Amino acid sequence: MDTENCFHCGNEIVKKDEIVFDDKKFCCNGCKTVYEIFSQNDLTCYYDFQAAPGATPQDIQGKYDFLDNEEIVSKLLEFQERTTHIVSLYIPHIHCSSCIWILENLQRLQPGINASQVNFGEKKVRVTFNPEQTSLKDIVYLLSSIGYEPYISLENFDEGKKQVDRSLIYKIGVAFFCFGNIMLLSFPEYFEVEEYWIDQYRGFFRWLIFGLSLPIFIYSASGYYVSAWKSMKSGLLNIDIPIALGIVVMFVRSTVDIIFDYGQGFFDSMAGLIFFMLLGKLFQKKTYDFLSFERDYKSYFPIAITKILPNGEEESVQVYDIEKGDRLLIRNQELIPVDGILISEKASIDYSFVTGEAVPIEKKSGDKVFAGGKQMGKVIEMEVLFSVSNSYLTQLWSNDVFQKRVEQQHKNITDRISRYFTPALLALSIVSFIYWVFIDVTTAFNVFTAILIVACPCALALTAPFTLGNVLRILGNRKLYLKNALVVEQLAKVDTIVFDKTGTITTNKKTAITYEGTELNASELKLLKNVLRGSNHPLSRRLYEFIPNQDKMETSSFEEIIGKGISAEIHGNTVKLGSSQFLKTMTENTHKKTKVHVEINGIYKGSYVFNNQYRKGIEQLFENLSKHYNLVVLSGDNDGERSILEKMLPAKTTLVFNQKPEQKLQYIEQLQKEGKNVMMVGDGLNDAGALAQSNLGLSISENVNVFSPACDGILDATQFHKIGFFMRYSKNAMKTIYMSFGLSLLYNVVGLSYAITGKLDPIVAAIIMPLSTITIVSFVTILTNLYARKE
Amino acid sequence: MSVIYLLITISIVVAIAFLVAFIKAVKSGQYDDDYTPSVRMLFDDEIVKENPNKIIQTEKQKSI
Repeated sequence: MDTENCFHCGNEIVKKDEIVFDDKKFCCNGCKTVYEIFSQNDLTCYYDFQAAPGATPQDIQGKYDFLDNEEIVSKLLEFQERTTHIVSLYIPHIHCSSCIWILENLQRLQPGINASQVNFGEKKVRVTFNPEQTSLKDIVYLLSSIGYEPYISLENFDEGKKQVDRSLIYKIGVAFFCFGNIMLLSFPEYFEVEEYWIDQYRGFFRWLIFGLSLPIFIYSASGYYVSAWKSMKSGLLNIDIPIALGIVVMFVRSTVDIIFDYGQGFFDSMAGLIFFMLLGKLFQKKTYDFLSFERDYKSYFPIAITKILPNGEEESVQVYDIEKGDRLLIRNQELIPVDGILISEKASIDYSFVTGEAVPIEKKSGDKVFAGGKQMGKVIEMEVLFSVSNSYLTQLWSNDVFQKRVEQQHKNITDRISRYFTPALLALSIVSFIYWVFIDVTTAFNVFTAILIVACPCALALTAPFTLGNVLRILGNRKLYLKNALVVEQLAKVDTIVFDKTGTITTNKKTAITYEGTELNASELKLLKNVLRGSNHPLSRRLYEFIPNQDKMETSSFEEIIGKGISAEIHGNTVKLGSSQFLKTMTENTHKKTKVHVEINGIYKGSYVFNNQYRKGIEQLFENLSKHYNLVVLSGDNDGERSILEKMLPAKTTLVFNQKPEQKLQYIEQLQKEGKNVMMVGDGLNDAGALAQSNLGLSISENVNVFSPACDGILDATQFHKIGFFMRYSKNAMKTIYMSFGLSLLYNVVGLSYAITGKLDPIVAAIIMPLSTITIVSFVTILTNLYARKE
Repeated sequence: MSVIYLLITISIVVAIAFLVAFIKAVKSGQYDDDYTPSVRMLFDDEIVKENPNKIIQTEKQKSI
């Protein structure tokens, strides 16, 4: 092995920090401790299921003190009885089978835990424990000590038991039961053998089929009646009207048929139709349990905070109970929940949740600190200025966009089609009815119902769910997680894309420095480091920190030419550092990258490249997008980087700086008033308003499991450069839908030609209906997969 | 020939029993998580050893 990786967490081991224990190598003490715990408790199987599955435990001293507060604990518990408590904890680190195994063996680590069960999809562990032997706090500490720190936020407050809606599954179960049995019982009649045996039992079979069709007709299809009725009342003609009409007509006509012994009816087709359509609904309902698209500040904020009482005592209080004038204690890595004034001497606050900017901001005593920041370093004290709901950041949520959660602002593609389809269908059936009335009244009724049955837009209704459901899955595999299928349609309609700057088009990791050129040996590095020590240029400072520690050497001469570089002499060696013009190595600096070139003793060695913090492939992405979309960069920062952005991005891109969260929201609103269909791409909480206001809010996240504001889709940051592909793909998906609409209309025409001429046999309906469904489903699946390959 | 009534009744009853079993299973939450059980069943029951360190360890745990 060339590079050594930690046995526990798999991170690369820095040589000087390496710890060897039990013949295994660890990257830090934390990892070693976890291994120790596991090995002493016979739990080393943990490492068998997956190599290096663990995480380094974090120091959480004092962080969960609020779990001593009975009131808070009882809010978190799912079930509470004298000797049994049940709690569900969200653990972001759950990622492999080893995690499941260790978390389901918790009872072996701590007495008092009776059972624990993992839900992998939701990344949750449900622990049943005896409060007389252990406590929630102990469990949280245990989990943290083995690297599985649970995430407890204000969102968990008042969580209670969530009701899961399983009615669709029940409906499908019932539908499948009825469909299967009806098909089985219909079989003898399909062959229409004029035989004594069939004639004798015909009535029995038909009435049995009728009985079996009742549950599917009344229960499974009930959603369609409700939806059809609602849409009729609101005057919109959605696709559920012809569906509901078709189902009802099928049922009534079939019943009439068997009462008067005209035939066997269409119960089989009806059951199949309902079953397939429900399946389509299920297929479209792909959800990502571990992601939440409805987050507001609550999921970022802690549930409780330490308050300092006037007598100096510390007490955990619920965040909602904080009042103006309270003194709060904020520990390392803790989030500041309210606006206030810093009392401690110094604080360094990381606002990356809010702005996406990772570099902490220094604050001095008396400075204002805003909610949403995270304290890095020492413990600080602050005095509260506003309560939680009145703080600068949280006030954004009182804006109207967060209040009105309109069920559906736009009509989906199927409904748009059915606006023409439904009237056309009704017109056709009435015209044929009138035509046939003059010839034969009985046939007229038959034709009228046959048209409604055959034209029941089963295939049409299935097209969109199956296409969009499949697209949703394909995008999910490529790390773009969309809230639901409607978002795909929205994505195809977007004409303006607004990007946030910090954290969205830039990464919030610190800039990486790479070296290009001839490898420098140890003594050359030593020279370099010593030359850099004398310089105060920002690039020199960063390079100085980048180069590993070296012995000190005296510089005999040192000259720094501002804006160009440094030339120095150490122990008879001349070292030159700086821009390419300064070193005269290249005629011109044509690169957009920031580089520091190195020359030692007159020989050009190479250059250190300061990769700019913009995301990979951003120039290409903007270049491609600018051909089809209006692009805007909306930044909360000052316009210090305007010139860089102007150079990097296409000329058409609009750049707007100094935007407060509300202004971002208003900017989007303004664009929408101009008739634009806006997609907002953002990351931090300060974009939350703009994300909610836009037609489609896409949130960029470095770690999709952890944080993202409320939005319609979450994109893994590593896939940022693929936005162009995603946009194209959504358009292709819509094209697929239109094509298969054409296909299903073709089937309708064939079916209708039977129906209008009055020759629709139940067997023809029973063949056409599943055949069209299968064609459509396979057509859209193949096509969407094909489009996904074209990158 | 009336045996057909009996046979069909039996077949429907069996089918209904399965439907009820399915609905019960869904209701109990069996289908809410369709991944974890597939992994869980593959864990072997490893041999339980007497471990003298155990008590010491848990004590230590609490002090962390």
